[in-house]
Order: sequence, then C-alpha cells, then structure tokens
Amino acid sequence: MWNRTPFSRREFLASTAAGAAVVATPSVLRAQGAGVKIGILHPVSGALSYSGTQGRLGAMLAVDEINAAGGIKGLGKIDAMLGDAQSTPEGGTAEVEKMNAANVACIVGGYASAVCLAVSQAAARYDLPYVVDVGVADSIVTRGLKNTFRFGPGFGTISKVAIENLAAINDAAGTPAKTVMIVHEDSLFGSGLAKLLNAQLPNHGFQILETIPHPTPTRDFNNVVLKIKAQNPDLVIPANYYNEYVLLARTMQQQHVRPKGIYSVLGGAASSYKFVKEFPDAANYIMDCNHWFDPKNPKALELKKKVEAKGEFYTYEVYMNYSCVLLVADALQRAGTADRAKLTEAIASSTFSGHVMPYGPTKFVNGQNEGAAPVNTQVQNKDIKVVLPEKFAEAKPVFPMPA
Amino acid sequence: MLSPVILIPAILNGLLTGAVYALVALGLTLIYGVLHIINFAHGAMLSAAMFAAFFAFRILGLDPYVAIFLIAPAFFVIGYGLQRFVIGPASHGDDRNMLLVTLGLAVVIENVLLFAFRADTRTIDLPYAFQTIDLGFAFLAIPRIIGFAAVLVVALALGAVMTLTDTGKAIRAVAKEKVGAQLAGIDVAHIYAMTFGLGTACVAIAACLLMPTYYVNPTAGEAFVLVAFTIVVLGGMGSVAGALIGGLVIGVVESLSGLFLGESLGQIGIFLIFIAVLLVRPTGLFGAKA
Repeated sequence: MWNRTPFSRREFLASTAAGAAVVATPSVLRAQGAGVKIGILHPVSGALSYSGTQGRLGAMLAVDEINAAGGIKGLGKIDAMLGDAQSTPEGGTAEVEKMNAANVACIVGGYASAVCLAVSQAAARYDLPYVVDVGVADSIVTRGLKNTFRFGPGFGTISKVAIENLAAINDAAGTPAKTVMIVHEDSLFGSGLAKLLNAQLPNHGFQILETIPHPTPTRDFNNVVLKIKAQNPDLVIPANYYNEYVLLARTMQQQHVRPKGIYSVLGGAASSYKFVKEFPDAANYIMDCNHWFDPKNPKALELKKKVEAKGEFYTYEVYMNYSCVLLVADALQRAGTADRAKLTEAIASSTFSGHVMPYGPTKFVNGQNEGAAPVNTQVQNKDIKVVLPEKFAEAKPVFPMPA
Repeated sequence: MLSPVILIPAILNGLLTGAVYALVALGLTLIYGVLHIINFAHGAMLSAAMFAAFFAFRILGLDPYVAIFLIAPAFFVIGYGLQRFVIGPASHGDDRNMLLVTLGLAVVIENVLLFAFRADTRTIDLPYAFQTIDLGFAFLAIPRIIGFAAVLVVALALGAVMTLTDTGKAIRAVAKEKVGAQLAGIDVAHIYAMTFGLGTACVAIAACLLMPTYYVNPTAGEAFVLVAFTIVVLGGMGSVAGALIGGLVIGVVESLSGLFLGESLGQIGIFLIFIAVLLVRPTGLFGAKA
C-alpha cells in the first residue's frame, strides 16, 4: 500500500520507524566457533528489556568463563546463540523455532513467567531441554513437560518462606507488629500474592487492616499513603514492580509515614542495589524476601566484583542465569554429548553444587529444583545483607525499624 | 474514609497533580486549537523532555527548575522544526494527514529513546524532593507546590502572549479562519510551526516540573497524555483557560475516585467525565461552538 501513497515523507517516516525497531531489537546474533551450541534466550527488548539484558549478561559471563578455561571436556567450546523474546510469549516461541532449526543442545533463560510458559511448550515439541532462569509461576513446572527444568524457586515456595520468615522475625522481636496493610499491583503477581497473604497472615497472629490494589503504572501514591497514615499499621507489605515501589517509598517518606517495618516479597528495595544507591534514606531497614546469591560463596562475590567493574548492578537475573549456564555445562560434560535426550537425562539427574545460589546441591523433582529457596534480605548501612535463613545470614534482622 | 484528615490532603494533592496535567494539556489544546489535530507525538515528546531534564542534571549538574530555561527554548526550536520541516511538508496541505505523521513521529521518538537509553527507569535525587510544608492538616510536597506555581505562571504568560503580541494575534487568527488569515498576509506555515513549538515547550516545562519527584523511561510520557486528552475535551478544544481549569478538576476527580473506589479504579472517574462531557456538552466548558 505504501507504493500508492503520494506522501514520500510518510514513507520515509515509516521506514525509519521500522529501521529503528530493527536496530532496537537485534533478534538472533550468533557467536562464532564450533563446539556445542546453547540457546540463550531473554527479553532484551520491550518492557522487560532491563531484566532481560541483565539475564543475558549473567549467562554470557558464565559462557566466557567456561570457554576461557578451554570449554566443556570432550565437546569443546560453548557456542552461544543469543535470542530476544521481545518481552512477549510469541517472541519467545519464534526464537525457539530458530534455535531448534540451528540445532542447539538446549535453551537457557526466559525470565518472565508468560515467556517461560510459551518457550517451554515450544521447546517440548522438539524434546529440546529448557532451563528456566527466573519465571516464578508454578504452572511452568506443573504441566508435566519432561524437557523443562526450573533452577530457581517458584511462587508457592517463595510466598510460604516469606510468611514463615516474617512471623519468625516478628516473634524474635517480641511480636511488635500486629497490624498489616498490603499494597499490591493488580495483575497476577501482586493480586496472587495479596490473596495468599490474606489467607495465611491471620494464622500467624497478624491482623490485616486493609489491602490496597493499584494499577501498573500508577503515577501518584498520595492517596495510598494517606490511607496508610490514617490506619497507622505496624507493617506495610508492598508487592509491586520497581517504578511503583520507588514512588510508594518516596511518597511514604514525604508524608512522614514510618511503620515499624516495610516487608516486601519479590522485587522490593531490599533486593535492588540500584534503589539502595539512589535512595539510601528511603531504603534503610526495608526487608525483602527474594532471589539472592549466597553471600558466603567466594565465587558469588568474585562474580559481583566482575559485574560491578562493568558498571552494572548485581541483580538476581545476573547470578541466576550465570548459575543456570554452569548447571547446563556440568550436565553436558556428564552426558558427554549434545544429544537432547541424553542431556535431558543428565540435567534431570543433576546434583550440581558449583553455582552461586544459596540452594545447596541441585535436585530436580518433576523439573523443579527442590533445593531452591528465596532468602530474606534487609538494607543496613547502605548495603543489602542476608538476614535469614541463619545458614547464609550476614547480619541479624533489625526490627522494628529504629526511629 | 470520609474523615477530613484524609479528604483535605487528597483534594489538595489532586489540585497540585492536576496543575501538571493542565500544563501537558495546555500544549495539546494549543496545537489542537490551531492545527486542528490531536498531536499523538505529545507523550513521546514528554518522555524525550524528561530525558533531557534527567541528563541536564546528571551531566551538567543543572537543577530541573533551572534547566527549564535551557530545555523549554530547545524544545520550542525542536517543535518548530518538526512542524515546519517534517510534519507540515509530509502532510501535503491536508490537516488530516498531520495526525498520521504525528503518530509515526511518536513511534520513531519512543524507539529512538529505547535504543539510546534502554527501558531502564531512571530517577534523580534532589535534597528538597522529600521536603514538605506542614499545614497542620496536611503535608504538601515542596516540588508539587513549585510545580503548581510554575504552571500558573506559564498559563498567564501564554495567555498574555496570545492576547498582547502580534504572533499571538496571528495564532488566534489562523485558529479562527485559516484562509482569511492567509489572505491578510499571515504566513500560515510559520504560525503552525510557532504553535507546535509553543505546545512542545509547554511539555518540556512539564517534564522539568515532574523530574524532581517522578521517574523517566521511554514510555513514561504516555501515562500523562490520555489524561491530558480528557482535560482538553473537558476544558474545550483549543481553550487555554479550559485546559487549566480542566486539569485542576481532573486532578481532584482522579484523587477522590482513587480514594473512594481504590487506585485500580481511580481512572474511572476521569473517563466517566469524558463520556458525560461528550454527551452533554461536546464543546467542553470553555469551547466555542464548532
């Protein structure tokens, strides 16, 4: 239809837009060399591009490390095939087709639950082993797909641990917190979590004063904070994404709202070095239950230095993907071949413990790593410290927050 | 819930937030009043201006309020250039085509921003961003009060430009009767571009007022434009006073409906007004009859 339009400028604009889109979304880039081919698939463009890029960084750090040490014994160097899921399930599926056509041994990544669900299904058609890096939706591993493995913990485990640890922290401090307000974003993640909290917190002696949903994006948190102020709860539990979290925390500080504790589950300030760096005062003493590296593992700390030397933040996407690639490399070495069926078997029977997560040896049951668990972190002295479980803790939880 | 402890601060916050909405709407209504198009690139320009304010702070160390004096003229020039050399020529004299060109521009600008700065959310931290004035019954954030005052000043200045200067008179003449203005010797292409430049400058000022407390990413501006469009309809297409009053009204409505219906449904109030205005008074509060 463009041929018939007389508007040359429009044509120019349209082609520029398409050009910009192509430049902004490099779809499949292939690293050179022989050896064993692995698909590294993340949403590096679109709404999730920050997380996706961080995930790719972590995976590539592992690949480079393995290749620098001579590759995988018997198979040679890893040839990483990079894919962009473009933050959509369809984008992820399309990349699986390309990766399968390029004959990769397996795929690592996905990040978002919706992408992981689509990618695992597409990969299952080709019996292509797929290791999920983050995607927390429980349905990813409960559909009986033999090719799908999740290294990290799922939503059910995370919320269970979060609630138990919250009760433990509160009990240890002499139960100063009795009343709770929950502020959550209104899609699957926030609403699901709010529902679980509403069902389980009363069993641990907490009274829920109010549950406030909000959309993503929300431009203004004044009303929410006014409600919190009026009810004056002991504890505020936010369950939302980074932008809204920042606005909420800033508005609470502005309106002089200081509850005894702020405790977030999956994605709060206490698991973001970026937030702590940019808002040290608003972030202080916030607690979080989230994915985190093992702070007592020297390898994890070495990786942290490496990532920070690149000027990037050491986010969970980085070390989870780094660990996933190491896990696959270990399985490849044990299988001694890039054959998909044998590799699937090798991953399923993995007892890999050379990762940087506080999980212990890997043990997959129906595709879920049973050792995977979140930890509790707290912002203390402008740094993020693991406070629970004790085995990995670097500091004791400070609760209630000092005035 | 009806307690004045919450109600009064909620209304005040609504007014302060509404002022910034009004400024975004002011740019939109100005362009609509003269060019008779909805500028779809408005949100993308807001994001671009917020990035400009962000980097003015990060690289030059300029406070966003000081950066207004740099960024607003720069965006005036950009807006003028876009209309004069891109949108105008590309639409071949047919106003309806401009609409599509601005839509294309929005796509280009957003993707260029995404390519250049990635989707990462950025904020700037200023010492006064968390300071509030304690009125006894409400804490008012200082950046919002500054924003409110700045919007009033900009609206008054814009009103003065429109009524007192030759350019303002020419803009109003073109808005009323394009062919007549052309016959009277007014350079319509120049006036179109001047208007687009002024509208873009309004958005640039809004961006600088937002940055102390808000965040920026390539799609940050979008959230404001839908609201601004409602304000334009409420206040009357092309009316400066309408945009200002409409903005304040919408700010309060959004705040109160968020309070009573919950944040998830907070925007319902805005769009109910939108529908009601279209049904009962399609010309808006201050709009002239079409």
